[in-house]
Amino acid sequence: MSAAPVTRRRFLEGVFSAGAFVLCAGALPRGAWAELVNPALPLADTAFHPSVWLGIEPDGTVLIVAARSEMGTGIRTALPRVVADELEADWQRVRIVQAIGDEKYGSQDTDGSHSIRSFFEVMRWAGGTARTMLTQAAAARWGVPVEQCEARLHAVHRRASTAAGGDPALGYGELAAAAARLPLPPRESVRLKPRSQWRYIGHDAPAYDLEAICTGQAGYGMDARVPDMLFAAVAHPPVLGGTVAGYDATAARAVAGVRQVVELPPFHFPAGMQPLGGVAVIADNTWAAFEGRRKLQIRWDDGPNAGYDSAAYRQQLEATARRPGKVARNNGDALAELAAGGQIVTADYYAPHLAHASMEPPVALVDVRADRAEAWVPTQDPQGAQAAIAAAIGLPKDKVICHVPLLGGAFGRKSMHDFAVEAALLSRAAARPVKVVWSREDDIKFDYYHSVAAMHFEAKLGGDGLPTAWLARTVFPPIGSTFNDATEYGGSGELGMGFTDLPFAIPNVRVENGPAHGHLRIGWLRSVANIYHAFGVESFADELAHRAGRDPLEYLLALLGPDRIVDPALLSVDYKPRPNAGNNPYPIDIARYRRVVELAAERAGWGKFKPGNGRGIGIAVHRSFLTYVASVVQVHLDENGLVRIDRVDTALDAGTVVNPINVRAQFEGAAVFGASLALYGEITAKNGAVEQANFDTYPVCRIQQAPAAVHVHIVASDAPPAGVGEPGVPPFAPALCNAVFAATGRRIRALPLVHAGLA
Amino acid sequence: MLRIKVNGRDYSFNGDPNMPLLWYLRDELRLTGTKFGCGAALCGACTVHQDGRPIRSCVASMARVAGSEIVTIEGLANGELHPVQRAWIAENVPQCGYCQAGQIMQAVALLRAHPRPSDAQIEEAMSGNICRCGTYQRIRAAIKAAAQGGAQ
Repeated sequence: MSAAPVTRRRFLEGVFSAGAFVLCAGALPRGAWAELVNPALPLADTAFHPSVWLGIEPDGTVLIVAARSEMGTGIRTALPRVVADELEADWQRVRIVQAIGDEKYGSQDTDGSHSIRSFFEVMRWAGGTARTMLTQAAAARWGVPVEQCEARLHAVHRRASTAAGGDPALGYGELAAAAARLPLPPRESVRLKPRSQWRYIGHDAPAYDLEAICTGQAGYGMDARVPDMLFAAVAHPPVLGGTVAGYDATAARAVAGVRQVVELPPFHFPAGMQPLGGVAVIADNTWAAFEGRRKLQIRWDDGPNAGYDSAAYRQQLEATARRPGKVARNNGDALAELAAGGQIVTADYYAPHLAHASMEPPVALVDVRADRAEAWVPTQDPQGAQAAIAAAIGLPKDKVICHVPLLGGAFGRKSMHDFAVEAALLSRAAARPVKVVWSREDDIKFDYYHSVAAMHFEAKLGGDGLPTAWLARTVFPPIGSTFNDATEYGGSGELGMGFTDLPFAIPNVRVENGPAHGHLRIGWLRSVANIYHAFGVESFADELAHRAGRDPLEYLLALLGPDRIVDPALLSVDYKPRPNAGNNPYPIDIARYRRVVELAAERAGWGKFKPGNGRGIGIAVHRSFLTYVASVVQVHLDENGLVRIDRVDTALDAGTVVNPINVRAQFEGAAVFGASLALYGEITAKNGAVEQANFDTYPVCRIQQAPAAVHVHIVASDAPPAGVGEPGVPPFAPALCNAVFAATGRRIRALPLVHAGLA
Repeated sequence: MLRIKVNGRDYSFNGDPNMPLLWYLRDELRLTGTKFGCGAALCGACTVHQDGRPIRSCVASMARVAGSEIVTIEGLANGELHPVQRAWIAENVPQCGYCQAGQIMQAVALLRAHPRPSDAQIEEAMSGNICRCGTYQRIRAAIKAAAQGGAQ
């Protein structure tokens, strides 16, 4: 990791050796290739030029830029594989270069499970265009029509029929210089490879960084290092919105290695992504910073959230959920149908706050100089971090370089920039590079939490046991409250994550949202509102199946109804053309729901499983981030009466899949993530302060608690690619709880299971 | 002055004897393969070997490890990858990878003690190492594969 200052403009050039040619490095009008962009994506200003994404060294080494952040989802391998495929590059000769934050890459905010679906075509065109130019360069060299030339595995070959007497092949390295001088070919002259000729897309590949990770050589944010750097720890106000009333740093300053104690600017609502304030200790090493912080004597003014109490707040949410709320979707007349009487089923569900707890706590290294700054941040959003640092320091954005080391997990936490801004403020105060290191306690106590939620359901069952009316209410402090204190209703994004987008074939559906005031910073956590909504909806569906006396699998298929494309208007889903939503390439397809349900059930041996005697099986299906996922979970109760997860079968339809082995890994991990939140996950506040602090009070699954076996079944599909990182999480908890019901007869209406004595 | 051997090299240390080995390795020796995860011996990301036995370096003070021989992830490969590292690669274990150095060091120690570990022995030995990405199934498979291959 170099300390040499780089400028944004020089970043890509600096990557290459002196003799290298970046294809078509000349200026290109902005938006020249805008038609490549999925019109649904906010990328219109991006330069879709192959040189943005790749270059070729004279020795033939192909460098491919990874502009998305690698937090364990495999994106740093997957998207370059797409480029390499269309380029006909030899993967063994590809080097991946991690981009700095720069708007020329379009959105780099690595969230919403949209990296592949937003950039798949872009990467194909980048690789295919470069291949076309290399082929043209070879044709010119040979003086033959381009039709007689063919790019294949890092070289352009003359077709056999015309090869006699000519050079059999020209390597990409030999052609790079000539290709770089060619004009950008018009799009219609670029022929993308047919699916049948893909050599990397759809084929397993190990992660690019695999060996570096296993030998301790991979560079994470925590590992960033520059000369003369100092280390810092921050004592944050225990209550959100609290401020420093006074402090005594005498003992802290006496710690060997402590250099400086700095009070950070006070926090002001709304929280946004600003730092929390507090007092920082800057030292020669991390330990001295931690020790100094421990010895600070600080008096806090706790501010307006000092009364936040999770037990009281839960009652408030549940009461709100039992009252009529703002209508978010209305088909038919569910209220009238329910009022007419009959077999009515009612249930309330609750799911608590969660913390991300990525293994690498938040950390950032920033070097602020008079006229510029350079940062190394394990961030999901390097452009956002760049802008936030620039704003905090008072520099133009283009004077801030944001490097992106590997992220030691993130799950949504690292799309926030509070910790990066802390490092920038402290670097300015110390006039040295400063790395701010959050402890695990900081991470858990000062997270942007997954929202707590209460839900209320009412359904009326017809003669066949299927619902004729469905009333569902959800109440949760919304993510919007982090950015605007007055926001108390969920956004269409949150409501569309598993609540308004209910796919069931029910004639009368009413979906409502009640208000909730936020008292903690609410953020995005792997699959976001889908977690609590899927828990409520899919558990309640299972309740209805049992009430109807029908097999839950058969009942779930009946709820889904006949194969059809569901009109988004019917769902009142606000499908704006945004990455997290969907639009025409991604219709809501009941056949795809049905297929994953049937596949998961069949592979799990649903029909052969005999529940009872403490053994149970449960199923749930959920579509999120445009991917269809069904989970079947098998459990037994051990000798202590605790739930053991014996087997999980997850079937998914994510459309076109780039790296299947990685997709399987993501869904294996999602089952463990789901098990952690279902069994143990809970953040609570008392007197405004979060009560949990480390892995003893905020446990996550360990090896003996995780599902013993997760089987992932990928539906083969030519549909456009959909999300992979998040969609495995939502159906897990309800499938587990449905299995617990089958095993014990106990319906779990509140998470986590540890409170039911089952974990 | 404290003396310590790390990955075969001798060092002397003049700083705070209460400083955990983790921060000495990371901040002073710049051996950053060993990770900070919890600071309280709860997650195992900082696992290294002290005289061949796995310890949590985040709670092992310099005073406690003085005079001993420490091996970190950087010192595990001896010219070629350790069989456990090879098994980790073959089973494609890591996702974010942050915890994996600790997992590998713990697994190496397990296989030294139990060359053919049972499932229960694997669970007991590995239960202190958290992987938030949820790679446990592959960790288990990699340990078994390494055991089959005779990893020592």
